[in-house]
Amino acid sequence: MAWELKSDRPIYAQLVERIELMVVSGLYPPGCKLPSVRDLAAEAAVNPNTMQRAMSQLERSGLIFSQRTSGRFVTEDKEKIEEIKKSYAKEISDEYLRRMYKLGFTSAQITAFLDRTIEESEQNG
Amino acid sequence: MDNIMECRNLVKYYPGCLALNSVSLAVPKGQIVGLLGPNGSGKTTLIKLMNGLLTPTSGEILINGMKPGVETKRIVSYLPERTYLNDWMDVKTMTDFFGDFYKDFRKDKAYEMLQRLGINPKDRLKTMSKGTKEKVQLILVMSREAELYVLDEPIGGVDPATRDYILNTIISNYSENATVIISTHLISDVEKILDGVIFINKGSIVLTSTVDDIRENEGKSVDALFREVFKC
Repeated sequence: MAWELKSDRPIYAQLVERIELMVVSGLYPPGCKLPSVRDLAAEAAVNPNTMQRAMSQLERSGLIFSQRTSGRFVTEDKEKIEEIKKSYAKEISDEYLRRMYKLGFTSAQITAFLDRTIEESEQNG
Repeated sequence: MDNIMECRNLVKYYPGCLALNSVSLAVPKGQIVGLLGPNGSGKTTLIKLMNGLLTPTSGEILINGMKPGVETKRIVSYLPERTYLNDWMDVKTMTDFFGDFYKDFRKDKAYEMLQRLGINPKDRLKTMSKGTKEKVQLILVMSREAELYVLDEPIGGVDPATRDYILNTIISNYSENATVIISTHLISDVEKILDGVIFINKGSIVLTSTVDDIRENEGKSVDALFREVFKC
């Protein structure tokens, strides 16, 4: 199944995001070996050079590291992963807040609304 | 030699028509490049010049540093816009034909792809639908281990599911140093697998860029940019 990619943003940036999410969500746990660039490119249905570029960026940011002969691995640094996870959480929360404010809700209303939604979703399992 | 294809001030005149107007271009090794332009913009003319099927009126075109000829045909795998295969041949005969003709042809690869797409090697070309014919030809062309693949409209006649399979075949089969030049109108289908694009119009190069640079700088897809640049 090809990865779903948006058409108005650079592909490599979206690949970086996708792989970050896979790491953050635990699909690729710390220290786990990643598939080869070629296999990942085939999975995502993108150009291998673009996947390579995404990998290089992830290496620079420290989320993955490469070992000359044996391939690429997810960092063992759990704090680093947590940090990225939090930055995603922040991004999603900011976006949520922006849209709720736009709909005309106050902060208090938003908090109440969130509490209620969480409660409901817990009740529904 | 870092460019697999290079042309300098390339001009091609047909009687009463300037098909290519002083085109200068370089395609580096190891990339997948889309040659994009509206109908009659000069894509096929440029591709035919790469393959030595036409000779330049003036200027120069080099494939891996050589003028198109026997040596370059050895390393270029070409899918023409129209078939040159004989109607009466069955797929197996054609596969043998390619195997005899090109040293770099890999029969096992061809049969694997044929099987995957459900094509019977005993079928004759004559009895096939347009789309299946196109698949067979593309399989033959992609089963070579060439340095440059030149594909003129490779996915025009096939359904979207097969299109995905074919594009996947292209990205998983071309070797690291090989280059693929694809001419097509189906930009949104191919743009994910392209490194760079060349926009050509009325015989001139309008733009060369990478897909991600276009998305970064314009904030839109190559497909959207194409529609804008070539708006009728």
